[in-house]
Amino acid sequence: MTAPKDPADWTAYVIRIRDHRDRAAFAAVFAHFAPRVKGFLMGSGASESLAEECAQEVMATLWHKAHLFDPKRAAVSTWIYTIARNKRIDAIRKQRRPEPEDLPWGPEADPAPEDAIALQQETERLKTALDTLPETQRALIQSAYFGDQTHTQIALDTGLPLGTIKSRLRLALERLRHAMQ
Amino acid sequence: MTKIEHHLSEQMLMAHAAGTLPEAFDVLIATHISLCDTCRVLLETYETLGGAVLDAGEECAMGSDALTATLARIEAAPADVPARPRIRDAVFPAPLRDYVGGDADAVRWRPLGGGVRQARLKTAGGATLRLLNIPAGTAVPDHGHRGTELTLVLQGAFRDADDRFARGDVETANADLHHHPVAEAGVDCICLAATDAPLKFDGLIQRIAQPFLGI
Ligand SMILES: [Zn+2]
Repeated sequence: MTAPKDPADWTAYVIRIRDHRDRAAFAAVFAHFAPRVKGFLMGSGASESLAEECAQEVMATLWHKAHLFDPKRAAVSTWIYTIARNKRIDAIRKQRRPEPEDLPWGPEADPAPEDAIALQQETERLKTALDTLPETQRALIQSAYFGDQTHTQIALDTGLPLGTIKSRLRLALERLRHAMQ
Repeated sequence: MTKIEHHLSEQMLMAHAAGTLPEAFDVLIATHISLCDTCRVLLETYETLGGAVLDAGEECAMGSDALTATLARIEAAPADVPARPRIRDAVFPAPLRDYVGGDADAVRWRPLGGGVRQARLKTAGGATLRLLNIPAGTAVPDHGHRGTELTLVLQGAFRDADDRFARGDVETANADLHHHPVAEAGVDCICLAATDAPLKFDGLIQRIAQPFLGI
């Protein structure tokens, strides 16, 4: 089983893992996302061996928590990102990650399929919008997520004063918002 | 549920989505999100952006036996994630209960002076997390701080200058803001406060007492 032509179809793969414990679907998701998770963790300062181990654990968590995946609330890339981020907080930053409680009126038991499709399309548009940003702005957004670093650290890395970083990041987000409209 | 008027800043939500904050702030934000749909939607938007960054990011090849090794991990630990029990009418949302070890009646308070009580909660990452219990009608000592302070109301309400903060509301105070919260009459006000540097209280005695009180 290879990667889907339409990236939104990752949802169908994870649902096959969820409902049928489908190993071929898992292998395809693994082939696409595991190297990205590893790259993400190394970008956050993990050694290669730690990043490899953590990326395997992230993918194993995906398998174990597949029953919690709700395509109406998150795209597959979003969901894997949150698992990878939490693993980074746990394994690299040595902190706990508190998770919010579901609101009393959600999640709905029977999500409308068109909501899930709309969410996947929004996610794709966001990806495209990110691609069209000027390189410096995209790099700022990436470092805000990738690096295990605050704005202060980014300021040290880029030699830009903190106020400039914050206003540029805001500008990048504004442009992203504009591109989404 | 009353309407929440004072929310988290987008910067805070983005940093929470990125996972770069000290644990104390993460706990406060997760507690607010448990009460606030508006901020939850924004957080999910920033997490979606995180997913886009991950998907567009650099790949680093996995080891040749990585898939087999991962399937072995899956076999070795058929983990089932226990669902958190929902408690009806709890004062503390679930993420805060996890740190307290129970709801509001499980807090071990220590006197702070003037009838105000506090309880520190243990977190990693440098910032301070504590619960404050301010008797109805009482003022919290006027204080400034070197960093950012977020205060989330869980019970009762307080007023600070022209603003009113009730259950679910967050007050964001920065180093340059001296604030002077006063609990409203009625029930005692219980707040969760995250501070990224020790508070500095005005007044000599409070300044001397500061190291002992552990604020
Ligand atoms: Zn809010």
